[in-house]
Amino acid sequence: MAFWIASSPHNHNHTKTPNLMRLVIYATLPGVLAQWYFFGWGNLIHIGLAMTTAIICEFTVLSLRKKPISHELFDGSAFLTALLLGICLPALAPWWITVIGTMFAIVIVKQLYGGLGHNPFNPAMAGYVMLLVSFPLQMTLWQPPLTLVAVDLNFSNTLTTILTGFTVEGYSVEQVRTSIDGITMATPLDTLKTNTGLGLTVLESIKSPVFGENLALGWEWVNAGFLLGGLFLISRKAIAWQTPVSFLLSLFICSFIGYSISPDSSASTMFHWFSGATMLGAFFILTDPVTGATSNKGRIVVGLLAGLLVYLIRTSGGYPDGVAFAILLCNMSAPLIDQYTRPRTYGHQKGDK
Amino acid sequence: MSNEIAPPNSNEADITDNIDEQEAAAVLKAELKAEYKELAIQGLWKNNPGLVQLLGLCPLLAVTSTVTNALGLGLATMLVLICSNITVSAIRHWVPKEIRIPIFVLIIAAFVTCVQLLMNAFTYGIYQSLGIFLPLIVTNCAIIGRAEAYASKNPIKQSAFDGLMMGSGFAIILILLGVIREILGQGTLFDGANLLLGDWASVLRIEVMQLDSQFLLAILPPGAFIAMGILIALKNAIDSHIKSKKVVDTEQVIERVRVNFDS
Repeated sequence: MAFWIASSPHNHNHTKTPNLMRLVIYATLPGVLAQWYFFGWGNLIHIGLAMTTAIICEFTVLSLRKKPISHELFDGSAFLTALLLGICLPALAPWWITVIGTMFAIVIVKQLYGGLGHNPFNPAMAGYVMLLVSFPLQMTLWQPPLTLVAVDLNFSNTLTTILTGFTVEGYSVEQVRTSIDGITMATPLDTLKTNTGLGLTVLESIKSPVFGENLALGWEWVNAGFLLGGLFLISRKAIAWQTPVSFLLSLFICSFIGYSISPDSSASTMFHWFSGATMLGAFFILTDPVTGATSNKGRIVVGLLAGLLVYLIRTSGGYPDGVAFAILLCNMSAPLIDQYTRPRTYGHQKGDK
Repeated sequence: MSNEIAPPNSNEADITDNIDEQEAAAVLKAELKAEYKELAIQGLWKNNPGLVQLLGLCPLLAVTSTVTNALGLGLATMLVLICSNITVSAIRHWVPKEIRIPIFVLIIAAFVTCVQLLMNAFTYGIYQSLGIFLPLIVTNCAIIGRAEAYASKNPIKQSAFDGLMMGSGFAIILILLGVIREILGQGTLFDGANLLLGDWASVLRIEVMQLDSQFLLAILPPGAFIAMGILIALKNAIDSHIKSKKVVDTEQVIERVRVNFDS
């Protein structure tokens, strides 16, 4: 009797790319719903636009590269990139921002480097950074939460604003963002940065209406939604827990040190966790299996580095939020980190080759 | 009999001599022509300093945000390249091998200084917008590369032609990058051409498309890297297309191996 001998791994996990991508897309739902509830239709419209553009770009490039179109077009990776980019964009940004960003992300960052699995940078974040660097004006048109906006931003109104730059009643985006007192409202992180620059203390700054009653009006719930989705992904073993845990821990430690040294000019640890793109970055972007580190130790190092970078960019950088930049820098250093955190092969002593 | 034969014989010899000389001259001329053609192909396409040698990338990427800047730097580089090639070629018999590099650098620096002073005098606007990259032509490896690789071994005429072709190859890439980046970044062409060419050139400015806001990426250095990468990819694609069109005659040589069991 002859036994069939196969090499390891003996126990297969039959997860295919489309299944994994679909799972991640479902996991973003709580965050996206929170975003819809607090900020209106803007991001959903951007997500739709980005997905349409992504499919068209992916189809064009795949047919130019003579790749199996039906196989790669519907593996969900392009949808996920478009979804993440759409979530990140300011809700009232003009439509061409989404189109240019998605085209850049899919065509240049992903496909020109060889498609899924070969891209050194996370496409969504590279697209976002490209937009942020190229169009600083449009990319800082953050819309305040709906409860603070005087104009009624229903679906058709948001759509016209995104397409033409004006609401149906003829208000410009700038007017929509202006509160009744005539002060332009920004994101909590942005407000905090400007105010600290003006010499105000954090306690004085957080009286601004964008901070709400807890940490950051609207943003805290969006982040909580992404945290929930992320925990779901970890429980399904779709992502490794090391990256988000070490990232959040590192951000916590950094902001705790900053807060204990000068509580007047630094925001609290929980504010750093629940504002901006912290949770989205921690669970959905930093955990990208293609661009992140591959060993467990490497993932921890990448997470720690990303947390430190986010804190440094937020407190002393030129931009209010630094998650995208931090993640791109970590993508860049991931191969090097992998090189030095290569796991020991079984049966070999430490230091052996 | 010998009397009869000798004159035509000598005549024939004369003719053959003449023909030989003419043939030799014709061969020489053809060789020279082939050399010039090769130089042109090498400079403009096969060995283009911008696309293939990737020399002088720093100015190539830094100043090509508009066509005018690219044109200014391209012309300056070409001028320096031609002059330095001529001079290096003219003194090639007297330069000791051991210290040739410092001598080449001195020659190039002298010409760059001339060009810089000229531009300072006549095209002050472009002189200012090129800034440090004008004096930095001294360190442009494309120039010293040609001095070392070609001009120091070949006669003046060919070296001058080589300088012209390499310079134009470099300038064409500069201008192409400038066109791409200016259209994407500002939506214009030849913006500020009057700084380089005089006041009449302000009519050259073309508004290709109306942009509400500048596409900063195209103007910033990362855009230059991306555009450069796409240009190189395009060149490689054209090359491989041409290669695949050519009929490849792969004559398979069949070697029979005699296996000798005795040995």
